[in-house]
Amino acid sequence: MERIPVLRMGSLLLITIQVDMHDKLALQLQDDVTERISDWGSTGVLIDISSLEIVDSFIGRMLANIAGMSRVLGAETVVVGMQPAVAITLVELGMSLTGVRTALSVEAGMELLYGNAFTGSEDEQRTEA
Amino acid sequence: MNDLAEIISQNQDRLRTEWIRTMSSSVERADLISKAELDEQCGSILKAMVEGVKSSGAENIAGGGWNTARDLLNSISTSRARQGFSPTDVATFVLSLKQPLFAVIRDKMGKTPDSLFEVIWSSTQLLDRLALITTESYMATREELIMRQQQELMELSTPVVKLWDGILALPIIGTLDSARTQVVMESLLQAVVSTNSRYAIIDITGVPTVDTLVAQHLLKTITAARLMGAECIISGVRPQIAQTIVHLGINLEDVITKAKLSDAFGLALQRSGRAVVKTSTAAAANPLSGLFSKREE
Amino acid sequence: MSSVLKREVLPVKTSNDVVIARQKVRQLAVELRFSLVDQTKLVTAASELARNALDHGKGGTMTVETLVNGARSGLKMIFEDQGPGIASIEDALKDGYTTGSGMGLGLGGSKRLVNDFSIESEVGKGTRITAVRWK
Repeated sequence: MERIPVLRMGSLLLITIQVDMHDKLALQLQDDVTERISDWGSTGVLIDISSLEIVDSFIGRMLANIAGMSRVLGAETVVVGMQPAVAITLVELGMSLTGVRTALSVEAGMELLYGNAFTGSEDEQRTEA
Repeated sequence: MNDLAEIISQNQDRLRTEWIRTMSSSVERADLISKAELDEQCGSILKAMVEGVKSSGAENIAGGGWNTARDLLNSISTSRARQGFSPTDVATFVLSLKQPLFAVIRDKMGKTPDSLFEVIWSSTQLLDRLALITTESYMATREELIMRQQQELMELSTPVVKLWDGILALPIIGTLDSARTQVVMESLLQAVVSTNSRYAIIDITGVPTVDTLVAQHLLKTITAARLMGAECIISGVRPQIAQTIVHLGINLEDVITKAKLSDAFGLALQRSGRAVVKTSTAAAANPLSGLFSKREE
Repeated sequence: MSSVLKREVLPVKTSNDVVIARQKVRQLAVELRFSLVDQTKLVTAASELARNALDHGKGGTMTVETLVNGARSGLKMIFEDQGPGIASIEDALKDGYTTGSGMGLGLGGSKRLVNDFSIESEVGKGTRITAVRWK
């Protein structure tokens, strides 16, 4: 059966959700992530939801579950790329996704996890402290 | 009611000509529409009226047989509204058919007063209803136009300013109502994504009052931004507003607030790991040689 | 009184049906030219309610109708099932209420995503939830 691919980048797991998920697919993803963390000793999980146009309570719970389970296994999770319409709807729905850290982009997410992704800016010169 | 249908159907040309003549003497904006166009519109309506009376009768203009007539009247009314005709002009368009129609009916049925009365009565009712359709349509078009202009006005009055790489400011001027706050929320969140800004400063110096509803909307915006991975700081909180917030029992525990926009900017810079440093080559204003020049060392 | 322009009935019997229901609501919302945020709210509400009919109601149907009321247009969704029904509608509307496992948000969340919302339910007979969003 089709699965959402879980990619490995060193100690980071990268997951990009691009399809309109049905429940079984979501549950399969939860299983796959926990298994991979165990297999590869990953310390970070980055879930890119920038293609998701809908996040309902089921998907929200899935994200919270993945974050919770990963933490128990020693890995931190960041969800990135949430679309504005999705954020507005989640707030209205009453979902706060506590326990799930978020970032605006994959780079920001990596910086959050490993604190070393420097996104240069044209406004300033960086000086090492 | 086939009498009416036949009368109209067999006298279309006469009715159309007389109708246009009656209209021209009462409608003000004759310059806005060409004679050929008017001719065509009246002809189509007469045909549609025949169809309507034949299939659904003269009473039930909501019926399927009247669809063509209703559509025609709605589109004529909408285009008149856009062209700048007054509502009276549009209703008069339909009502000026009465005189020619009654004249024709009297010619055909003048010998039978009872039937004459019946047909005149149902045709006057029919034309009144058709005129009301055009008025409703006209109103709907104007309302749509006003709403669109309001929307554009709202969008123009909520600019999003990039203060620095990754730091946005949203100065809000004027009262925040439900609809406006929605627009503000959406513009802010969209800007956060498109400029990849982790910090958004919502400045409410220009907002006269904050009530529970507005506060709720602001809190929703902040929560949504947080869900996306951005932080909001509220600045420009005036003493009166601070008092109102406390009196209303609004919980702003999770929200960072600053009195001044500059403080909020400073905080955002600090949080994003930046410091502002003073260098020794500050420029001095020299009125004699241009606006600014380097100070000679 | 609103008139119905279009009506379609879809089954909600499998988790794949929930996906199809979402896509149908999205399609109609786009046709009616709802804003992106309103589309998202409608589709999310559909997903919540469809899943509710499936998980708690043991499967049922979703009826979608395109409505016209004067100059306004709207989208109506009706979810019906012959499941166990809801004992306390008041409780079901509270956030955090769930009879299953997980942090179910209850129907109160869906209610906030639409303009008109109503629940009819009888224990042992079934449930019918109607949700409408106007443009």
